[in-house]
Amino acid sequence: MAKLRQIAFYGKGGIGKSTTSQNTLAALADLGQKILIVGCDPKADSTRLILHAKAQDTILSLAAEAGSVEDLELEDVMKVGYKDIRCVESGGPEPGVGCAGRGVITSINFLEEEGAYEGIDYVSYDVLGDVVCGGFAMPIRENKAQEIYIVMSGEMMAMYAANNISKGILKYANSGGVRLGGLVCNERQTDKELELAESLAAKLGTKLIHFVPRDNIVQHAELRRMTVLEYAPDSKQAQEYRDLAQKIHNNSGNGIIPTPITMDELEDMLMEHGIMKPVDESVVGKTAAELAAEAAAA
Amino acid sequence: MSLTVEQVKERNQDLIKEVLEVYPDKTAKRRAKHLGTFEEGKPDCGVKSNVKSIPGVMTIRGCAYAGSKGVVWGPIKDMIHISHGPVGCGQYSWAARRNYYIGTTGVDSFVTMQFTSDFQEKDIVFGGDKKLEKIMDEIQVLFPLNKGISVQSECPIGLIGDDIEAVSKKKSKEYDGKTIVPVRCEGFRGVSQSLGHHIANDTIRDWIFDKGDKHPEFVGTPYDVAIIGDYNIGGDAWASRILLEEMGLRVIAQWSGDGSIAELENSPKAKLNVLHCYRSMNYISRHMEEKYGIPWVEYNFFGPSKIEASLREIASHFDDKIKEGAEKVIAKYRKMMDAVIEKYKPRLADKTVMLFVGGLRPRHVIGAYEDLGMNVVGTGYEFGHNDDYQRTTHYVKDGTLIYDDVTGYEFEKFVEKIQPDLVGSGIKEKYVFQKMGVPFRQMHSWDYSGPYHGYDGFAIFARDMDMAINNPVWGLTKAPWK
Repeated sequence: MAKLRQIAFYGKGGIGKSTTSQNTLAALADLGQKILIVGCDPKADSTRLILHAKAQDTILSLAAEAGSVEDLELEDVMKVGYKDIRCVESGGPEPGVGCAGRGVITSINFLEEEGAYEGIDYVSYDVLGDVVCGGFAMPIRENKAQEIYIVMSGEMMAMYAANNISKGILKYANSGGVRLGGLVCNERQTDKELELAESLAAKLGTKLIHFVPRDNIVQHAELRRMTVLEYAPDSKQAQEYRDLAQKIHNNSGNGIIPTPITMDELEDMLMEHGIMKPVDESVVGKTAAELAAEAAAA
Repeated sequence: MSLTVEQVKERNQDLIKEVLEVYPDKTAKRRAKHLGTFEEGKPDCGVKSNVKSIPGVMTIRGCAYAGSKGVVWGPIKDMIHISHGPVGCGQYSWAARRNYYIGTTGVDSFVTMQFTSDFQEKDIVFGGDKKLEKIMDEIQVLFPLNKGISVQSECPIGLIGDDIEAVSKKKSKEYDGKTIVPVRCEGFRGVSQSLGHHIANDTIRDWIFDKGDKHPEFVGTPYDVAIIGDYNIGGDAWASRILLEEMGLRVIAQWSGDGSIAELENSPKAKLNVLHCYRSMNYISRHMEEKYGIPWVEYNFFGPSKIEASLREIASHFDDKIKEGAEKVIAKYRKMMDAVIEKYKPRLADKTVMLFVGGLRPRHVIGAYEDLGMNVVGTGYEFGHNDDYQRTTHYVKDGTLIYDDVTGYEFEKFVEKIQPDLVGSGIKEKYVFQKMGVPFRQMHSWDYSGPYHGYDGFAIFARDMDMAINNPVWGLTKAPWK
């Protein structure tokens, strides 16, 4: 059996991490890989397309019911879905209470102790939004995910987030050995999107591993709580995910330590591509009325 | 062979230099500012205070939770104080600081009991607000005579952002306006227990005073005073209260040793607040002065000299009846005090003492030692601020060694070199010095003795110091191979 590969999908909230990761993992399963998905988002929606379920019982909700996480068995929390993909959701508190980050740590420790990773080729962590605290950095710390795939788009905020996540990877790269596997651009049809994504990848010292075009069929599949791979295996979009899966599969050991850039560099990059106009420093912080007065005086 | 003041100052300087030598440069530079020698005529002791301790040293300090739960709130006997968070903080502060009280424990008084929410992993992840509500419900059922609840936050409460204020308000409403006080005294806040005192003072202001007059039936007198900042360690507040009452005053509240919530609520009706522990309760005294126009006066009931001065100072805020009362009290006890001094002074005269205590006693007890003919040659505060070091100048002699937030290493070195006849500090220090062959008394807990306040207390204080210093065991510490 091949060595266990642990990967993680990070990216700005709402960018399509869960959709991209589930479709890609479904394609990897088609390649015969045994897969475990670990959802690390309190919303617990990282496995719905694989399980055809609205939301899975999470490790933390079951632990709270049972008293503590030590009272749980692996089979209580693990569900099996499309192509025998195993799914667990860490879960977490409702928005605004408790500590979701601690929840991620608790869940991952539980899974490791219970031997959830035995007999598996791939473990994939699906982590919410940004790396806001130590808990959400858990999957990129020592002996966890080896390669991180950042899902992004041509939108400015998505690129900011990608850069921030790279900083998180850099922090743990030397102590742990986590690497940036590459960027996955989930097309938003913004201006010069491919060009920008490639440019950002180059700045970060990595590559744009795949550009996933926008296709409504993804929506249609999602409404049925299915991956495109399962809903329309012969569609063009399914092939895109298969290509992405193959690239990730072949990317083993090719991850790099990212070279995150500064805010200024990021803005310069946007200007180079003509997305952002150079800022006239003389107008920063001035109200419309003040500018009008200045114009009149000139 | 006693040294002149100049020689002492020179020795102190050399000693400080020697102590700092073992530190890395940066640490030495920072610690140097906290060590010094008092120079006669200076407005303070020339040391920096109330800043963060340095990682890696053994500080003697506590945390904000200790300041709030352990010091200010914990002794209020008819309230239940929940140590909110994981079990350790409550467990290790169980039974309080010997804050004596009158009452039936578990029925109408709860000081020595431990109440904790015993946080588990799931409480961290999902938040502990529901658990807190449940604890309050259980308290209502199991201890129906409790007069109020305080929530003493441990570190995780602040980290996970639990809304203890909302829970407290909700439950207060449910229980007909019961006093429930959420206290944000998470241990990571501030540099020592000092911030915990301040936070606790502020919650009394916001959650007790600002809830209106709960006792309109209270009938005041012109002689009503509140004792502020006496925690009744070993009965200290009782020994103090006797004197105030004998001089004709009426004590309407004790803060907070043997205190009750009703006493706190009635305090704004006092004519004068008499403040013993300035460090932990100056905040609420200032507030009562600003909001209710109640003057406050600091006093010191350690040793007959300071007691006499304090009784007169307190009496000066009242009419002749009280002033005469003070003189009567002083006269009444003078014979007893003379007898104590006559008995112990010959055994203790010229003995030297080094102190290291919290925020008041490093200066307050100096007079009591001097009444016995002893000399305090070194002193320092765990968590004093600069205003404490200013006040210290009225007590210490020229050339006294001053050490702020002393580290375990520094204290050991100082004592080793100065070889005082007695060290007065806490339980963590006690055995270190006794094993060095130096007599020691705990000056937080009175070494399970006390009271030390008031005239009664001085007799006990003198006996205890004699017992420590003149114990024949110190003649037997010579190693057999030497």
